[in-house]
Amino acid sequence: MISVENIQKKFGAVPVLKGIDADFERGKTSLIIGQSGSGKTVFLKSLLGLFQPESGSIAFDGKISKEMGEREKRQLRQDMGMVFQGSALFDSLNVEENVMFPIKMFAQQSRSEMRDRVNAVLKRVNLENVNEKFPAELSGGMQKRVAIARAIVMNPKYLFCDEPNSGLDPKTAIVIDNLIQEITKEYQITTVINTHDMNSVMEIGEKIIFLKNGFKAWEGTSQEIFKTDNTSVVDFVYSSNLFKKVRQAYLGQTN
Amino acid sequence: MGAKAAGRIWMESKLGTLKIRTPLFIVSLLFNTLAKKACMNYLEHVGKYFLMLKEVFKKPQKRAVFSAALFREIEDLGLKSIGIVAFISFFVGGVVSIQTALNVESPLIPKSLIGFATKRSMILEFAPTFASIILAGKVGSFITSSIGTMRVTEQIDALEVMGINALNYLVLPKIIAALLFYPLLIFMAIFLGIFGGWIAGVLTDLFHSVDYISGVQMDFDPFLIKYAFIKSVVFAFVIATVPSYHGYYVKGGALEVGRASTQAVVWTSVVIILLNYFLTQMLLG
Repeated sequence: MISVENIQKKFGAVPVLKGIDADFERGKTSLIIGQSGSGKTVFLKSLLGLFQPESGSIAFDGKISKEMGEREKRQLRQDMGMVFQGSALFDSLNVEENVMFPIKMFAQQSRSEMRDRVNAVLKRVNLENVNEKFPAELSGGMQKRVAIARAIVMNPKYLFCDEPNSGLDPKTAIVIDNLIQEITKEYQITTVINTHDMNSVMEIGEKIIFLKNGFKAWEGTSQEIFKTDNTSVVDFVYSSNLFKKVRQAYLGQTN
Repeated sequence: MGAKAAGRIWMESKLGTLKIRTPLFIVSLLFNTLAKKACMNYLEHVGKYFLMLKEVFKKPQKRAVFSAALFREIEDLGLKSIGIVAFISFFVGGVVSIQTALNVESPLIPKSLIGFATKRSMILEFAPTFASIILAGKVGSFITSSIGTMRVTEQIDALEVMGINALNYLVLPKIIAALLFYPLLIFMAIFLGIFGGWIAGVLTDLFHSVDYISGVQMDFDPFLIKYAFIKSVVFAFVIATVPSYHGYYVKGGALEVGRASTQAVVWTSVVIILLNYFLTQMLLG
């Protein structure tokens, strides 16, 4: 579980996060949504420790990150998996080497053990016979799956995804969404996803946090987001005609 | 003259002075501000560069991974540079010997001077400095663009999220590879330059092979080899670190990576030329 208390972050004189509280539970996929510039990426990077908030605290299973020693921080990093927006696979390494990279860096395993583990996670993300291929030879969806495999290869406790569906067609996007949700349940991971994709909100949003201008403007589930009368959320989520009609149909049915 | 008139004259004189002085004052203020800003900017970069080095020189997290990275860098930065260094030094040696031969017309000057001058030129300047400037262009742009691309495509963020010291992982193998390999490249350049000079003379019939070889063997000073070695080690360090700095701290996209590569080549060349001057003054002066 990740507990965030009143975190604030400024860049120069510009406040980006203005006091956000949130809890992310184990075995659930939590989504952070909001317009571009609302502070989503800064929030996610603060959770990852890539940015240090000026105030507030982030606790991982009760341990506050800024109070951890170097050893605990190193261990915490090994408990984290991250899927970046552009996959961030290492161009100079092939698929197998990419997925094997964290094991090589942090685990004491023989080559065959490492290879077995890599093949197991690649199979889990439905990728086979691509071990020797380089990232540039893969499609966007395959790159995302390799990135997920790399993120889960060390059995992380926390999984972070920054726009995992960006640049993917709707069908592949759903495959990736479902894969992330299945992995979250299967390994009981605390998963936090930054997204703009409203399909993801409806499909896998067990908990949704809506950020606006650096504040948490709304929090709820994918069911509650249909019924909310929070105008900021409604304006953002139901900005397209399709979603407006879906909402009207849903509200019509429930009323 | 009444007090009013005197006041008006005083005001006019003051305003007149102001009119003349204001533009000059603004120009000097602007110049001072810009110069100060530029100085502070350079100082900030120098400070950041040394802070980067502090992170780079930490113990590698895993020896096996470091060794693999080191061998990859030796191939990328060293072995792949042999061709261009060999080609250029061979022809530079040829040109030096031909030019020396064409300028030695007096019968009182022995022809062995051509071999001697070619050897000295190659050891003192052409091989260590000229080859380093070429490597700054070839290897420097490669280092900046590869690290810069990793930065803008979040690969460096991925390393940091995993808890890896990205600077140590990416830059230290480059420095060690350059320090190990570039002195060898420079000595190869010296040898090929002298060889190129001999081939050029023999082909153009400007001097005899015997004269050239005796010139090369004449008055050999082992300190000059040390001098070339020291210069090649210092320049190797600059070639590995300055482009790494430009690549690591790049912000933006592909265009910025391209700009950073150009900047890296320019600054690496500038630093090499400056250090060349100071090293020459210190070691030979």
